[in-house]
Amino acid sequence: MGHMIGVVETFAALAEPNRFRIVELLRSGARTVNEIGERLDLNQPQVSKHLRVLKDAGLVEVEARAQQRVYELRAKPLRELNDWLDRYRKIWDARFEALDELLVELDAKEKSDGKRRR
Amino acid sequence: MGNEDAKTHVERASDRELLITRVFKTRPLTLFDAMTKPELLRRWWAPRALGVELFECEADVRVGGGYRYVFGKAGQPTMAFSGEYKEVERGARVVYTQIFEPQREAGEGIITATYEEVAGGTLLTQRERFPSKEVLDGVIASGMERGMRETLEQLAALLPELG
Repeated sequence: MGHMIGVVETFAALAEPNRFRIVELLRSGARTVNEIGERLDLNQPQVSKHLRVLKDAGLVEVEARAQQRVYELRAKPLRELNDWLDRYRKIWDARFEALDELLVELDAKEKSDGKRRR
Repeated sequence: MGNEDAKTHVERASDRELLITRVFKTRPLTLFDAMTKPELLRRWWAPRALGVELFECEADVRVGGGYRYVFGKAGQPTMAFSGEYKEVERGARVVYTQIFEPQREAGEGIITATYEEVAGGTLLTQRERFPSKEVLDGVIASGMERGMRETLEQLAALLPELG
């Protein structure tokens, strides 16, 4: 059950466009609140608010480095999300492979019908 | 089978939408017919690899017409998708509602498929809009759980061999 709730929270956290941008930015490495704000043109309270939601959803974690607090991505929740999308993609991929075979047959039939009509 | 082989692209386009895209080597009209005519749908919608069978497939592809697909795993209760066509432009675009009957109370989703001629064939863009964000979250969460259960079952099946 904890697993399921985790995934729902992940999606809820990412549904907000600025949070999605923050996650995208953090893919390239850990950043401070100020760096995130500058890069994405958001003020510090906004960034902090979004980071709190992302942290609660387990998407980012904070680490103290020297005098600063840096935020970095936690890989696991994103991997779970990707896993699900990948499974859904595989279902459609299996269907579409079967569909490809049918299309080859339909195209061949159309060609021979066309010749006969000519 | 690496990801570079994957021709089908799936993404969560918004909090309540999934987007599926793929290019097929045929004309838009042929693809449209293969994806809407019941006698053709029957031949690909439930490929053997998925382990499900399509027991019934009816579709009256015109505005206001209905469709229903009944499917399931052999020996288990069947499930059905059904709905109504809202827009039909043969070879170009189709819009229809979708109800997953076992969860009727979750409401209707709307699926929009467009067929565009591109270099090398036809681009299919299928947008699946779920009744709400909560429903899509739920679908994803239950799929995750099922995936985990399948993994555990596979593991359980291995145990006697290991022991």
